[in-house]
Amino acid sequence: MEVFANEYPDEAWVVRAALGSAFVALAIGGLMGLIQTLHRTGFYDSLISNADYYTVLTLHGVAMVLLFTIFFLVGFFQWAITDSLGRKSEDIRITKLWYGMMVLGSAMSAVTILGGFVDSGSLSGVEADVLYTFYAPLEAHPLYYMGLAVFIIGTWIAGFDWFRSWWAWKKENPDERMPLRTFMVLTTMLMWYLASLGVAISVVFFLIPWSLGIFDSVNSLLTRTLFWFFGHPVVYFWLMPVYMMWYVIMPKLAGGRLFSDPLARIVFVLFLVLSVPTGIHHQYVDPGIAEGFKFLAMTNTMFLLLPSLLTAFTVVASIEHGARQRGGEGYFGWLTALPWGKPAFTGMTLAGLMFAAAGFSGMINAGMSINYLVHNTLWVVGHFHMTVGTAVALSIMAATYWFLPKITGREIFSRRLGLAQVLLWFIGMVLMGNAMHRAGLAGVPRRTADPTYDQVIYDGAYGAIGELRFQIALGGVLLSLSLVLFFAHLVLSSFDIGERAAATPDSIPAPLSGPEQAPKVLDNIRLWTSIAVVLILITYILPLASIVTDGGGWLGDSYGVIVAEYVLPAVSSTIDIFVGVVA
Amino acid sequence: MEIHRYEKLWFGLSLLLIVGFIGTITYGAVGAGVQMVSDDGGTVEPSFSTINENEKFAQQEDNQAVHVEGNEYEVAVIAQRFSFQPGTGSPIQVPEDSRVTFYVTSPDVIHGFSVVGTNANTMVIPGQIAEITVEFDELDSDEPKEYGVVCHEFCGAGHEEMAGQIQVVPEDQWEGDA
Repeated sequence: MEVFANEYPDEAWVVRAALGSAFVALAIGGLMGLIQTLHRTGFYDSLISNADYYTVLTLHGVAMVLLFTIFFLVGFFQWAITDSLGRKSEDIRITKLWYGMMVLGSAMSAVTILGGFVDSGSLSGVEADVLYTFYAPLEAHPLYYMGLAVFIIGTWIAGFDWFRSWWAWKKENPDERMPLRTFMVLTTMLMWYLASLGVAISVVFFLIPWSLGIFDSVNSLLTRTLFWFFGHPVVYFWLMPVYMMWYVIMPKLAGGRLFSDPLARIVFVLFLVLSVPTGIHHQYVDPGIAEGFKFLAMTNTMFLLLPSLLTAFTVVASIEHGARQRGGEGYFGWLTALPWGKPAFTGMTLAGLMFAAAGFSGMINAGMSINYLVHNTLWVVGHFHMTVGTAVALSIMAATYWFLPKITGREIFSRRLGLAQVLLWFIGMVLMGNAMHRAGLAGVPRRTADPTYDQVIYDGAYGAIGELRFQIALGGVLLSLSLVLFFAHLVLSSFDIGERAAATPDSIPAPLSGPEQAPKVLDNIRLWTSIAVVLILITYILPLASIVTDGGGWLGDSYGVIVAEYVLPAVSSTIDIFVGVVA
Repeated sequence: MEIHRYEKLWFGLSLLLIVGFIGTITYGAVGAGVQMVSDDGGTVEPSFSTINENEKFAQQEDNQAVHVEGNEYEVAVIAQRFSFQPGTGSPIQVPEDSRVTFYVTSPDVIHGFSVVGTNANTMVIPGQIAEITVEFDELDSDEPKEYGVVCHEFCGAGHEEMAGQIQVVPEDQWEGDA
């Protein structure tokens, strides 16, 4: 066996390119984050104007949660598919095509966002100060929406590419179980196809024609609801590669094996089934959506806690097993036998720990009545900086220390430097995340350049507002330093400095309970997809219908009523036929 | 398939936690009566002229809550770039010990309407009228009490200026209908 980079050089090129794109986005997003944290806390607000703050915020959001996370995902999944099936890409030109499309789409959107910094001249009018949620009727340049569409179509082709590899492998190995990593990739992509349909419809059928001036208006609640149809499941799209790392890489680093292959499959099936019909929980306080639909979305959301709680069990059990293999003993004594010197292991463990804490603030967000207290406050920002900003981002950075040698063929520069980097991130986020949660409880709103108002006095429940502001700024600075260390490490690792061995090939050990213990039905992804579709229809068809028929039609004007009377029935009967065929 | 004993236990406890959460929220809705913002407020075409013709908005003449009956009042607020009307120019006045229903809509983009430090919080979406009912307690002193109101959804350059106030007025100083 050879190192991945030598065995599959073409695929490794695409993986490296995708990771490179991800890290460019991380660098841009990180710089914007530093500017924001100093600006809105008032520590240094003379670099940009309040108006430019929203351009910075848009860039931060898009770069971090769409580009960084998803570029990393496609690189990591390409490795997972190629490595677990042990076969080259069916057609490397297709693989390069989807990567190219994603880059092109990113560039199109990035140009319009950057245009927001230019006040006049040839670029005036090219802007997209709409944040990453682009709620209409805030309007961006058409190129912004087109870029997003091209990017998403790129990910769709990537999914198709991976399905092709699986179909070809299946033909040659008709009696073998689907390898675990392939199973994780394919279930995640099916979830993604369902989820991204919402935003694709919103962008292609409404926002692009509207921004081009073909329609005068859009139904604001409709495009917002379609956004959240995609906007919640996208968080699992960020999370699933990380779950794969926690299930596959962490037990190995701990010196053990995955506890249970069947349970890992169940977890991914649950995410496929339950991820999409939850989006309305972002709209608990939206007018125009009846309470019953919100309750339904909440119930689905609460059941989504299950796969994450099961993951907590399996991952901890797996690393405990590893620690005991290394000689660890006692109820808690085994913790000392873990490989804390490895930045990949320590980083992912700290990320998991913070995910547990953030899970609890997520449970509060999910409770629809208590959500009133925190909706659109800084609490929510604290929550997602500890989830996507740490559980995901820190796991990605930590795993890179393990992953990089596989795809470059060269060991990383220094373990100690890596260790310092992941620790610094964790400390920075403890300060920033915690203070953001507390400031949110005092009512400090999110998404504003300056949260001080003449009319408002914040009554901090724990700690004074000034102290919280200081913690947020300090945390943000530490996080930025951690990023600097990370990028320095990447650069140093790409040169031949010091005495570093070539990467040694290794493999993922078999789980304690293997796939032979998993019922065959778990691999029936067609069945799980059909169930997901039915759940989505139950959760969404009625609220969408009422938004269109009661709330001003498809386009928010009288013309829309005509569409609602003729087009909506046609669409819903088409869907009925579709469900009939799939089921 | 083999499921280990501890796995089963963990699975059971997880389900219990989930069902418990759903149970407490259901109790909050049914027992304690915490209602969600819903489609009860109705819809209105997002333009000033149509909004001002709407029954709730037509009756809102100044910054004072409109008396309905008993201790129930109504306030109609237009959230627009970058002010609340009423609320920003002069505080919305409501009497103490009252139940006030707010109707909020927008003629331009999406806004938020959040009474800082309380659970009175709603999105304001063009085309939709948000309806929330808020209970104001009796005041501890003879002084009016102020609450800050902020727009918590990005609505354009100038968003950070968008705020207002609600003033709870002691009963003997209340000048509106009672």
